[in-house]
Formats: sequence, structure tokens, C-alpha cells
Amino acid sequence: MTELMPAEGVFSLIWLLIAMPLAGATVLLVGGRRTNAWGPYLGILTVSASAVLGWIMLVAMMGNSPEERTFDQTLFSWVSVGDFQADMAFQLDQLSMVFVLLITTVGGLIHIYSLGYMSHDRDRRKFFGFLNLFVGAMLILVLANNYLLLYVGWEGVGLASYLLIGFWQYKPSAAAAAKKAFVINRVGDVGLSLAIMLMFITFGSIGFQDVFGAAGEASDGTLNAIGLLLLLAAAGKSAQFPLQAWLLDAMEGPTPVSALIHAATMVTAGVYLIARSNAIFNLAEIAALTVVIVGVVTMFMGAIIGSAKDDIKKSLAGSTMSQIGYMVTAVGLGPVGYVFGIFHLLTHGVFKAGLFLGAGSVMHGMNDNVNMRRYGAIRTVMFITFITFAAGWLSIMGIPPFSGFWSKDEIIHAAFEQNTLTGILLIIGAGITGFYMTRMFIMTFLGKARWEDDVHPHESPKVMTIPLIILAIGSVFLGMALLFWGNIETWLEPVVGYESKEAPISTGVAIALGLLAVGIGVLIAYLQYQRKPIPVEAPHGSWLTRAAREELYGNQVNNALVVTPTLVAAKAATAVDAKGIDGLVNGSAAFVGALSGRLRRYQTGFARSYALSMVGGAVLVVLALILVGAS
Amino acid sequence: MNFPWLTTLMVVPLIGAVIVALLPRGRDALAKQIALVFSFAVLALTVVMALQFSADSAERFQFVESHPWIPAFGISYAVGIDGISLVLIALAAVLVPIVIIAGWNDVDSGSRGTVKGYFALILVLETLMIGVFAATDVFLFYVFFEVMLVPTYFLIGRFGGPQRSYAAVKFLIYSLVGGLFMLAALIGLYVASAQLTGTGTFDFAALVGLDISPDLQKWLFLGFFLAFAVKAPLWPFHTWLPDAAAEAKPGTSVLLIGVLDKVGTFGMIRYCLEIFPAASEFYAPIVIALALIGIFYGALLALRQHDMKRLFAYSSMSHFGFITLGIFVFTSQGQSGSVVYMVAHGLSTAALFLTAGFLMARAHGSSLISDYSGVNKTAPVLAGFFLVAALSSLALPGMVSFIGEFLVLLGAFERYIWVGAVATVGIVITAAYVLRLYQKSMTGPLKPGLEGMRDLGGREVLALAPIAVLTIVLGFFPAPLTNVINPAVDRVMTTVGATDPAPTVPSAGLPAEGSDQ
Amino acid sequence: MNPENYIILSAVLFTIGALGVLVRRNAIIVFMSVELMLNAANLAFVAFARMNGNLDGQTVAFFVMVVAAAEVVVGLAIIVTIFRTRRSASIDEPNLLKY
Repeated sequence: MTELMPAEGVFSLIWLLIAMPLAGATVLLVGGRRTNAWGPYLGILTVSASAVLGWIMLVAMMGNSPEERTFDQTLFSWVSVGDFQADMAFQLDQLSMVFVLLITTVGGLIHIYSLGYMSHDRDRRKFFGFLNLFVGAMLILVLANNYLLLYVGWEGVGLASYLLIGFWQYKPSAAAAAKKAFVINRVGDVGLSLAIMLMFITFGSIGFQDVFGAAGEASDGTLNAIGLLLLLAAAGKSAQFPLQAWLLDAMEGPTPVSALIHAATMVTAGVYLIARSNAIFNLAEIAALTVVIVGVVTMFMGAIIGSAKDDIKKSLAGSTMSQIGYMVTAVGLGPVGYVFGIFHLLTHGVFKAGLFLGAGSVMHGMNDNVNMRRYGAIRTVMFITFITFAAGWLSIMGIPPFSGFWSKDEIIHAAFEQNTLTGILLIIGAGITGFYMTRMFIMTFLGKARWEDDVHPHESPKVMTIPLIILAIGSVFLGMALLFWGNIETWLEPVVGYESKEAPISTGVAIALGLLAVGIGVLIAYLQYQRKPIPVEAPHGSWLTRAAREELYGNQVNNALVVTPTLVAAKAATAVDAKGIDGLVNGSAAFVGALSGRLRRYQTGFARSYALSMVGGAVLVVLALILVGAS
Repeated sequence: MNFPWLTTLMVVPLIGAVIVALLPRGRDALAKQIALVFSFAVLALTVVMALQFSADSAERFQFVESHPWIPAFGISYAVGIDGISLVLIALAAVLVPIVIIAGWNDVDSGSRGTVKGYFALILVLETLMIGVFAATDVFLFYVFFEVMLVPTYFLIGRFGGPQRSYAAVKFLIYSLVGGLFMLAALIGLYVASAQLTGTGTFDFAALVGLDISPDLQKWLFLGFFLAFAVKAPLWPFHTWLPDAAAEAKPGTSVLLIGVLDKVGTFGMIRYCLEIFPAASEFYAPIVIALALIGIFYGALLALRQHDMKRLFAYSSMSHFGFITLGIFVFTSQGQSGSVVYMVAHGLSTAALFLTAGFLMARAHGSSLISDYSGVNKTAPVLAGFFLVAALSSLALPGMVSFIGEFLVLLGAFERYIWVGAVATVGIVITAAYVLRLYQKSMTGPLKPGLEGMRDLGGREVLALAPIAVLTIVLGFFPAPLTNVINPAVDRVMTTVGATDPAPTVPSAGLPAEGSDQ
Repeated sequence: MNPENYIILSAVLFTIGALGVLVRRNAIIVFMSVELMLNAANLAFVAFARMNGNLDGQTVAFFVMVVAAAEVVVGLAIIVTIFRTRRSASIDEPNLLKY
């Protein structure tokens, strides 16, 4: 266990990392229209300031020895009831450090990009407010030192995601997608809630240090249960099987949102959660194995969906699912994989953000059309977008020496170290990645123009292309930088652990196989889309294509298994309430009413009948008296 | 400390009510202003009193006053508060001025009642709400408990919607039936105390120590519990709530569901648990089952409502399921969570009903969800508050309702893992119905006819902003609540004789101080 | 003394009065029958007072007389008023006070 350092010097400002974007969000959202003019710039400023602070902290952290890089800042006691303690406390270590940098830096770039992308939107200020809120919540998520505070960030990003997916609320599809994302994520939250509760009744604490320190003493069953619950949470947030259905719909949001939240940062929170909880997963074999299975399954699902979608954003979303599948697989592999899962998360965060922003740039020039069958030959009009997108394309496919190559190769290698089958499956996945990314690249940038008549594509303004260029540079060099200069393994090792095992095949063979698979994928895509003309209308396609277009029937399955039964139950409950319970209540009232209706008939108004009943009553009383007296 | 704080708190709104009621007809504006001034005076007094409240005091109750009332039956006018009653009184004191501000123009036309009548009744209700939480004599509590029905009945029956008479009578009869059981149990309790101690008493502190036989406890518990279950309302005693909520003015609904119904859950934790510990333990499984049913039943019904106010009523029912669950799992987390949740639910209900009220006032008073769509486009501030209220209702982390809900679930989970696990699933349905409402009413294309809808004005923002601020601030800094609630809950736990389960890994639980060691 | 004969007479008078109330329609006759019943009761009271040798029964008898007098005043007034409006002294006619 590494030593906890008090948060002194620059590290006493950990809270400020979070506070600045949150303050920005507050000002922008509470301030209303008054802040319209300068609001977006404030939003950029707060995130940039956090980014600068983050980089300063990185430098300061590098000055300490590896064991002394975990800083702890407790602000105040947050929830305290009985033995249950949750502090408003932050922990900055090597793992959260890289996340802070990813979130603030990529986030900052996307803020800048949004300045151009959203320039015509009348609610631009609100958009920046939501983005700030997202950054703040995401920072809470990665900086929390206990699971309950992590939960706050977890839901906070969910809220921001909800707000931003539904940013164009007047579109019913966007509002529906936002709700769907939130509700499916709530299923994952059930997992996180229960995991926290289970931790508390097991360890008596929900702080990272306490839980991880005592993890060895808990029973296997408990650890596996915690692990599986955490996996459920991760599956929700990271759109992993079986909670993947929301991510494709989430593309209803503005493209910068897709880039920041649904590609680079929020959706990787599940990976963070598992890597952070490595002490539990190391001891929970069944849970770890399930993580790998979920990761591999999602990797294929995403890749297949990405191969069939004609909507450029949905295709990229499928790709995101698939790439997160890689990361989840990696962190499920145990100590051989954690660091590479995070490594891939970082490179992916950069190149996928670049790809999404590139797609956004294309859409910006194409009147927001997302149908790739209506693209083609865009290289001729949007050169910077073309080049930067190409960098992302090569990177995601894992072509050396681009960033994605290093991280993906390490994951494949780690998989072979643990389990040959997983390694082979990941290589096949890499092949499919080659196919769908090349397909997308060809359909968008190469070939002939299939534009609609009134479209006049043009390069985006500088405020959009400069972030693209920076991200493209990252797509090229980040992998090498982190691996060779940053020594990502040794950097993360104190937090997540790292070990290397003997693999059944040598590194060189693994690389060669991976590249071969990618090459085949590229070749098929080339033959399919470059050599043949691309029809503007989507062809009928094989059963697999059609299933992939339907997102592998995820929505249908959810509807059949969850939504419909719930609605049926709701209908039944409504009937029970109206007919049963309220029926009983109103029925008893009606009964009394009817009874009195009968009885009042005896109030005839004839004085003599009243007299008769009086006499009758008197006779009865007398008879009763006689009887009682006689006995 | 000898200043009669609680009596003052009760008398001030009563004076206000009398003044308002005696005003000549036609001075409506003055009536509103006077009502507002008096409600603010109560709020200020409450704040001053709360500042003097000592959380760590060894005394069971603070600010105690006791005067003989009917000595022949051991009845006295005795008031005093612990942490639980303090936060609930504070909730009432906060909500009344908000309701008055929000309901400023609610009764100007078309009502049977007069403007001054409405505000006078609200002030009377405030007196009674404070009294019911402050009473430490069980008979006094009963009196407040029943008398509260009177102003509520008139608030619903005179100022409500078209079906108001039906709703008011239903509410009244339901409550009276419940109260009748309580009266019977109350007399039984007096007799029992007379038999056990020689002199009968209604004094809460004396009754807590009584060694009532378990069999008798079970009967007496049932009497009290039925009254509280109707008030709370617990499944299956709930059907008055949707009708009352749908017909009453938004302000009335806020006070009714936000504060009055809390008397039910307050009664459970204060009276059922402490006076009848053995019976509470005996009935706990049944009550927990009812609470679980209520959580899902209310949520499922909320999913299908076409009327906003009915939706809120059913969602409240679901939330009351959580609150009751927390009380009857006998863990400090569960019970503290329940009390926090009572406050949080008061705030979120207020926000929901008032925003919905503002919305309805802009569209001819329709509360049908299908009459709205795309409101966000023309009234973004209103939609924003609506969203905050909705998120507070679904217990988003960072809001005070989350702390309540999470603690309740945690407390349940500690005691019965599966109960906690099943109840947790309820949060998914909650999200579904709350967001469905938001999606249908606030997003999408603007409904024809709503084009010119005004956004919230200053008065309306003034009513809603404090609720939103409190919800979020207490969500991040709940210490003002938990600090006073925890000692009171600990005392309840001691009386009942329950302890929190210990963690299963022994070494980890030792440094209970902070999670960062 | 033996009150038997007085009691029998009282019972007979009371029964006649009760039957009169039940079978006759004319309000005046009904009224007289009521008086008959009251006096039957008076007779019983006085007889018992005599038998027991104290004045309680006689006292009650006086009360009854006073009440009967008051009743006659009010009752006759009502009958006369009804007669004025309806031109009939039948007690079956004013039957609006029902349900």
C-alpha cells in the first residue's frame, strides 16, 4: 500500500480543479441570458485553468518518488451516520492524474472547438454550462477517495450526458435518447449502489484505502459479488453488453458532446472504476473472468454495428463501444492488463475525440447530414479535416507508429499472456476495426462526391481545425510518448499493479498477426467500397448487416425483457388500484349510502305508522322484560 | 432557555390567522401581506430557536414546557423537541412562506372561499403542524393530529378543483377512520399505564419506560400504526392521496404531502417504535413488506398517470415506502436516512407541485401531461426548475434526497440484504417515470396554443429558488440535518434495543473515524 | 289496599287510548286518545302512590297533568294551523315530512 501524502503546496488546490468548472457551470446556468455574450469564454477559461493546474500538478508529482505520489485532501465530513462515514475528500494519485489531464485537456480542446461548432445555436451559453458541469462532475468521479463521492461524480456525468444528449430538446428523438441513456444508466447505478452497500457491510467503510486494504480478508463470494456489481455499474456507464443500447441513440447530441462524453471521457468511467477497484478484481476470479467476457462480447458487437451503420456518428459510436470493449477486456485480465487498459483509454480518448470532431467538421460542412452514403470525395474540400481524420483512422486501426498501435498491441499481448483464446479474439476484432474504419474513411473522404444538391462543403473555421490538429498530433505521437518517455507501466504500477507473464507467442508474432488481420480488413473494405460505386440508397444487405443496422436487436431485447413487462405490471397495478383498492373504499361508501337509502324509506311521513312502530317497540320491550324476569 | 419558544411558535401564526380572518372583505392584498409577514416571523423564530438547539444535549427533549391541562386524566400541555421534530418543524416553517408566496394569486377568482380565508387557514395549519411535532404528551399529539384535519378539509374542499368535495370528504373520512383506531389505542394505553403505575398518564417520557405486556402492545401498536399508515400513506391505505393532491391547490398539496403526511412517518418513529418496541419488532416484517409493495406499486402507477398531480401523489407514495422501510429496519443509517428523506421529500414535493402549479396557471389550469409539450422552448427557467425538482425527486446524488434515499437503502441492506437489494431496483422505475414526465411536458415540439407562454416571474422564482438552493446545499453539506438527527435516532435505537450489524471483516471496521486513514 | 282493579282499569284505558291513536284519523280524536293514555298513566301513578304510602306517584301525576296541559296548548295550535291551510283535520294528510 502506497503512502498517503498530505495535500500540501500545489496539491492543496485539488479541490480547485473541480471547483472551477463547477463554478463556471453555476454562473452560466444561473446567470441566464445575461451571460450570453461572455459565457462561452468563461466556460473555456475555467476548463483551461483546471487543465493548467493539472499539468502543474503533474510536474510536481513527478518530483516525488513513486511511493509518495498519492495525495489526500479531506475537506469536510459529508455523510456521517452511525459507523457510516463518507467524507468530501479527494485523492490524487497517478491514475487520477492521467484522467485529470485527459479530461481537462481534451475537454478544453473540445470546448474551444464548440465555440465554432455551436456558434449559430441560440442556446450556446447553456451548452457551455452543461459542458462545464460535465467536466466538474467527471473530475469528482476520478478524484473521489471513496465510493459514495465517486457515485456523485458518476451520476453527475450521467446528468450532464442526459442534458447534452437532449440538448436539442425540440427534437423528440433527442429527448427520448436522453431519457433512455439516463434510465439504462440507472440500471448500472443499482449495481454501484449495491456494491457500495455490500462494501460497507463487509468492510465497515467505503473509502478506497480501507476497502482495498481489507479486501484480502473478505470471502470469495463477497468479493465476486462486489466485482460483478461494479461490473454492472461499469457496463451501464461504458455502454457494455448488456447495457449497451443507449450509446448509439446518444449520438442525437451535438457532435462535441459525442466526442467529449461519449467517446473520450465519460464512457470510459467504467474502465476507471474497474481499474480503481483492482484490489477487488485481483481476488475475484469469477468477476474478473466475467469482465473479460463482457469486454470481448461488446468489442465484437460494437465492431459489427460500426461496420453496418451508414450514419457516421453511429458508426463511430459502434467503434467506441468496441474500443471500450478492448479496455474492459484489458482491465479484466488482471495485473497484466490494467495499465494497458488505461493506456488504450488515453490514446483512444485522444484519437477518438479527433475522429468525432472530424466527423463534426464534415457534418458542419454538409448541412448536418450524417449519412455517409451522401458523402464522398470530401478530401477535396476539407483538407485539414481529411488529414487529421486520417491520423485518427490509422491510429485506431493500430498501424505503427500511430498511438493506437502501441496501446492496442499491448492489450493483445497481455491477453495472450493470460489466455490465448482472448488474444485471438482481440486480433479478429482488430481486423474488423480495420474494415469499418476504412469503410468510413473511404465513404467519407475518398471516391466520388454523392452530395445532395444544395450542399456546398467548405473547410471549418480555425477555431475548429486547431483542436483537430492538436488531437491529430496526439493521435500520432501520444502512444510513443506515453510508452517510451512517460513509462506508463511504471507510472501506473503503484496504483493498479503491473506484472508481465510469459506469452505463448512472441511479441513480434503477435504484432504481425494483428497487422495481418487489420490488413485483411482494410483490403475487404477497399474492394467493397473503393472499387465499387457506393449506392446512395442502402442495399438490402445480408442478415448480419440488417441485424447490425438494428443494433443487433438490443432495443428489441430490452423492450421484450424489461420495458414491456414493466408496462404490463404498471397497467395491472393501475387496474388493481382503481378497481381493487379504491373500488373497495368507494364500494364501502356506496354500501353505506345504499343501506341508508333503503332505511329512510321507513320514514313515511304518516304519524300513525310512527305511532304503530312506537307501540310495537314498547310491546317488544315489555315482552323482553317479562322474559328476562321469568328466567 | 426558559423562553417558551414552542408555544410562541404556535401562537404567532395563530395571531396572524385571527388578524387575517378579521380583516374586512376586499382587503385581499393586505391579508396576503400580513400572512406573509407572520409566516416569516415564524421562520425567523424557528431559525433562532434552532441555533440554540444543542445537538449533543443529554436531555431527551429541549425547550420543554409543561402545564397541567386535565389533571384528572394525567393530561398536560407538554411540548418539547428533539432533533427529529426540530428538522420537521423547520421544514414546515420554511415551506409555509414559500407556499404563501407561490400561492399569492391562486385564489383570486372562481373559488368558493375567500382570499383571506385561504391564508388564514394556512396559518392555522402552521400552528397545528408545529404543535403536532412539538407535543410530548400523547393526548396533546392526538388532539393536534385530529384538529389538523379541519383546516386541511377546508383548504381542499373550498379552494380545490371541480372534484374538491369528493376529495375532501374522502380525505376526511379516511383520516377519521385512522384516527378512531388511534383514539381507541390511546385510551387503551392510558388504561395500561394506570394499571402499571397506579396513576394513568399520557406523558410520552413516562410511557416509553412502561413495561406493557407484548400481547397488549401488539393491539395498541396496531391502533397507532393504522392512523399513521393512513396519514403517511402506506399501501393499501393510500387512495385518498391522489384525489386530494389532484383537487387541491398546489400550495395545499405542498403542505399536505410535504409536511402533514410526514406526521405519519414521524408518528411511527416517535410513538410506535418507542412506546411499543416489542410490537414494532413483531410487526416489522409485515410493515417492511407493505413498504416494499408501496415503493413499487406507487412507482408503477406513477408510470401510467396522465395527470401530473396524480403522478406526484403516486411518486410520493413510493417515497413514503422508502421512508417507512428505513424506520422499520432498525439501523441508525436507515432511521437517520428516513428523517433526512422526510425533509428532502418535503422539499422535492414542494418544488414539483409549485412548478406544476405555475405551469398550469399558464395553460388554463390543466394538469394533464398531454396538454403540454416543448415548454422548455418558451419558458426555459420554468423548465429548469422543473428539471431540478424532477432530479431531486429521483434522488440524484448531490441532492439531499440522495442522502436520504441512499441511507435508507443502506440501512435496509445492512439488516436484510435482499430487502435492500430489491428496494434499490426501485430507483430505476423512479427515473423512468420522472424523466418520462419531463420528456413529455418540457421537450419536443411546442404544443400549439402555448406559444406565448410567459416564463417564471420574480415572485415565482423567489418561491422556487430557496427550495432548489436548499436541496443542493444540503446535498453537499447535510451536516446541519444529520448532526441533530443522529442523536435523536440513537436514542430511538437504544429504546428499541437495536444495534447496527457489525461489518463482516472485523479488522476493517476498527478505524471508524473517516474513510481516509 | 289492593291496586289490582285500579291497574286493570288503567290498562284498559291505556289500551283504548293507544288503539284510538292508531286507528282514528281525525286529529282531534287522536288527541283525545293521547289524553286518555296520559290519564291512564296518571291513574296508575296515583294507585301505586296510595299503595306505597308515599307521595312520589302523586307528584309525578301532577307533572303529567302540567305537561299534558302544555301539550294540549301546543298541539291544538298546530292542529288548528294545519286545519286552516288544508281544510282538514286528518293526520294522514300532512305527510310531507318524510325521507
